[in-house]
Amino acid sequence: MTPSDYEYLRKLLKDHSGLDLSADKQYLIESRLLPLSRKCGVPGIGDLVQKMKGGSSLIIAQVVEAMTTNETFFFRDKVPFEHFRDTIIPEMLRARANRKSIRIWCAAGSTGQEPYSLAMSLKEMGAVLAGWRVEIIATDLSNEVLEKSKSGVYSQFEVQRGLPIQLLVKYFKQNGELWQISPELRAMVQHRQLNLLHDFSQLGAFDVIFCRNVLIYFDQDTKINIFGRLAKTMEADGFLVLGAAETVVGLTDVFKPFPDKRGLYRPSGVRAASSGGTSMPKIAAMAGR
Amino acid sequence: MKTCLIVEDSSIVRKMARRILEGLGFAVVEAEDGVDALVVCKRAMPEAILLDWNMPVMDGYHFLCHLRRMPGGDEPKVVFCTTENGIDHITRAIDGGANEYIMKPFDKEIIAAKFQEVGLIELPEPSLI
Repeated sequence: MTPSDYEYLRKLLKDHSGLDLSADKQYLIESRLLPLSRKCGVPGIGDLVQKMKGGSSLIIAQVVEAMTTNETFFFRDKVPFEHFRDTIIPEMLRARANRKSIRIWCAAGSTGQEPYSLAMSLKEMGAVLAGWRVEIIATDLSNEVLEKSKSGVYSQFEVQRGLPIQLLVKYFKQNGELWQISPELRAMVQHRQLNLLHDFSQLGAFDVIFCRNVLIYFDQDTKINIFGRLAKTMEADGFLVLGAAETVVGLTDVFKPFPDKRGLYRPSGVRAASSGGTSMPKIAAMAGR
Repeated sequence: MKTCLIVEDSSIVRKMARRILEGLGFAVVEAEDGVDALVVCKRAMPEAILLDWNMPVMDGYHFLCHLRRMPGGDEPKVVFCTTENGIDHITRAIDGGANEYIMKPFDKEIIAAKFQEVGLIELPEPSLI
């Protein structure tokens, strides 16, 4: 891509979408637009730019669309957070009425959208949780994403992925194009670096574990092993929440699906089979997230 | 099929929004400014309106105020879609009767998420892997 192609794209994106690329985002343009140029039947980005200059508004629209796509979001899949509000917390309010404390683990906390979505859900429940101690522990393999999670600072793109506008106005403070979640919500989430392949029993026992969209990166034996250790670190009447495309069915019987609530599981009381085991998996490589 | 009215003065943005909305299963109608949009709404009230703020002739905010006073004008779900990204604008829009608010730039996921938020669409269930 020539510098003039880059400038052309930069200006066009700014004019049409408000996306403001700094001078060093060539890699981003290449990663997003090379697939599009192939789809349009041209070999490179230079050719794509020529088509755009030729006035093809359809291609311009596709370029803007390709450049403005992002990955992470708040309240991802929605349903798990409805389970949290309508099933998990009401059940915990009954079951923990004496102890008045709930421990929640976000096992793939990533950049914080999930733990903060849970924190917002709790705040929105209001007075029923008055006097309760609710801990949210967010862990992730990557210190870099944990730092971002701790800061609670999100781009305009990120705060629009799944976050209702009323919650944005209520719980975030605007700073230019960035939005920071309120100190009160940040204080509700603790952060720890953790590899799920390693022992996590030191985190203590949890009532609720969100372990979504991370096990898909592991092979079957490793999944079975992690399920076994998750079951051991969970209260007998706890809840496990998996990603929309994940299940325990056919892998392990240490958890059983909660009836009619997709993605929701509870410990079955069955101990992990010795073949699946609860010892550490023999994997040298670091697990991807 | 639900109808979505796109009120937007940039033809490029209209085209992009149309592609996304048609992909989400909407019949799409377009208007270039607020006055144009009021004419469309008088003819047939759409289920959804994707609304720019800054436009010639009549801006999105004034269109919204007129719309909400029209017979049946409280029916459409109105989603602002604008480069105005200040909290003051957002608050004003919500107070004026907007259901959701998109700060440009937008993409398919943001539109899908916001439309899901106000009950205009249901996202497909992902399949198990």
